[in-house]
Amino acid sequence: MSTTTKPVNQKAWFLILPVLICVAFSAIVPLMVVVNYSVQDIISPERRVFVGTEWFAAIMRDEELHGALLRQITYSFAVLAVELPLGILLALAMPAQGWKSSAVLVIVSLSLLIPWNVVGTIWQIFGRTDIGLMGAALQGMGIEYSYTGNALHAWLTVLLMDVWHWTPLVALLGYAGLRSIPDAYYQAASIDGASKLDVFRYVQLPKMRGVLVIAVLLRFMDSFMIYTEPFVLTGGGPGNSTTFLSQFLTQKAVGQFDLGPAAAFSLIYFLIILLMCFILYNWMQRVGTQSKEAGHE
Amino acid sequence: MARIELDLAHAYRANPQQDSDYALLPLKMTFDDGGAYALLGPSGCGKTTLLNIMSGLVTPSQGSVRFDGKDVTGFTPQQRNIAQVFQFPVIYDTMTVAENLAFPLRNRKMPADQIKQRVGVIAEMLEMSGQLNQRASNLAADAKQKISLGRGLVRPDVSAVLFDEPLTVIDPHLKWQLRRKLKQIHHELKLTLIYVTHDQVEALTFADQVVVMTRGRAVQVGSAADLFERPSHTFVGHFIGSPGMNFLPGSMTAAGFHTAGATVAAPAGRDLSDGDYKLGVRPEYVSLADANAEGALPMEVSQVQDVGTHVILSARRESVTLKARLSANTHLPAVGDSVWLRVMGEHTCFYKNEEIVA
Repeated sequence: MSTTTKPVNQKAWFLILPVLICVAFSAIVPLMVVVNYSVQDIISPERRVFVGTEWFAAIMRDEELHGALLRQITYSFAVLAVELPLGILLALAMPAQGWKSSAVLVIVSLSLLIPWNVVGTIWQIFGRTDIGLMGAALQGMGIEYSYTGNALHAWLTVLLMDVWHWTPLVALLGYAGLRSIPDAYYQAASIDGASKLDVFRYVQLPKMRGVLVIAVLLRFMDSFMIYTEPFVLTGGGPGNSTTFLSQFLTQKAVGQFDLGPAAAFSLIYFLIILLMCFILYNWMQRVGTQSKEAGHE
Repeated sequence: MARIELDLAHAYRANPQQDSDYALLPLKMTFDDGGAYALLGPSGCGKTTLLNIMSGLVTPSQGSVRFDGKDVTGFTPQQRNIAQVFQFPVIYDTMTVAENLAFPLRNRKMPADQIKQRVGVIAEMLEMSGQLNQRASNLAADAKQKISLGRGLVRPDVSAVLFDEPLTVIDPHLKWQLRRKLKQIHHELKLTLIYVTHDQVEALTFADQVVVMTRGRAVQVGSAADLFERPSHTFVGHFIGSPGMNFLPGSMTAAGFHTAGATVAAPAGRDLSDGDYKLGVRPEYVSLADANAEGALPMEVSQVQDVGTHVILSARRESVTLKARLSANTHLPAVGDSVWLRVMGEHTCFYKNEEIVA
């Protein structure tokens, strides 16, 4: 006979009620409002029609959206392709200790402290061909630079702005990863006769894997949701050459007040980011760690 | 392989003024080709600094390092052709066990078939042949440390292999196995091995010659027996042995050695002038004696500790405490009893200014 059966008391469930209420107001209710909008056509506050998945079907066929999505993906991968190697290089070049390291850390992180819209404004002025340092300099070199008139220039300027703003984050993460490598690894590599490239390839890069995964995810998500900076700098133009997804969404929701399609697209947008991060995370966890089947011959 | 001669001093700060500024006080030392040495001492005594100077990771602030008579003071570890194994396992995460072992050889452009053969030999020795194609990062700590050891031993032409407390992370029973393995490898490969440790058992079982260090000074170099029988410095007596050597401060007069308010006749054949000395005797050589026996001191038992195979008896007289290691079968006195303990014998040493004089 078992006498040690624990008494069952389901009242404990009430203890999670406060958390449930908080989360409901911060996430679940707003999300459900969006879901609610996405399946209705709201003509006026009094008149609304249930339309099922019509908005989803319509938005998926939207040519403008396809353009914005393609631009967005190209942009996000360009951001990763530039910021990641540059950040790692910066981290490798940063001094390891002493007052120099503190000074460099402060200087490197300065751009991270600037609010998004200020960054946009800074670059707006920086790129002006009459008074801006970069714009005037390029003009002086004979390059017909114009971020308001030339689509390619606008796109490159938005990319450069993000690189300037966020590469330090990658550098700081990489720096933290590098500092956590014990000296013995460098000493052992030196004794094993490894070249500098070998040390990077076999010691530093594998040891930085963890922080680099975080850097990739953060930079991918952030750049995929970028809004304020290009909005301030180019306003999405010229044409729609720098209109990325979130600006497209804002135009739909706030500009044209198409709440149904905007809500439907919000959900799709959310799922795209989730999916991309899932793929990236899993890929980065696996790359370079799977067992080698072929042996060492 | 090489004979290593050291004649150096090292301070981590510039312009050292006093002894305590030095990590290593001036020392002269020779490690013969093919020998197994241990550097033994407490944490912070300078043994790792000495090792890193030999490997070339640290350049001594004064003096020189010579390999086979050639000055290598300014050489890198690579140029010295040294192998070193560290306290914590260092492995290349992205490589397999075999690639890890082959890495030092590949960097030195050894032909592939020779590398393969050499890796096979070392893996066989370390009993890792079955794991050669596994990724090194998924192995347990002791297997990783075996890889580190293997990378140290894989180059056939190294000047010396240096070990910096390599068995710290290993389980006790594996520790014993690996130590035996190292000793066996030493016999098979005839490499010069230098082993840093703070564990006296490890040092004494591994090495032919043990260098005992304290506060940046090498106080004695000798075999396990030398260190045990005739410690040349009180630190060695204190540090080696469990428990360490007993030291009784006193003075020598014509009547004998006067300590703790009693006088004991000095053993014959010791050439000691009158003056202050410290008498040193191992607990193993302190024995129970009859009352008023020659060379014995009357003392009061303060503690009897049974440690299984033997008994540690502590006895006091005035400010002096004496420990004796006695067989568990002997008739043991109880705490508070008066006993006579023999301290004079052929194994008794005398020290002046912490250095042995007789």
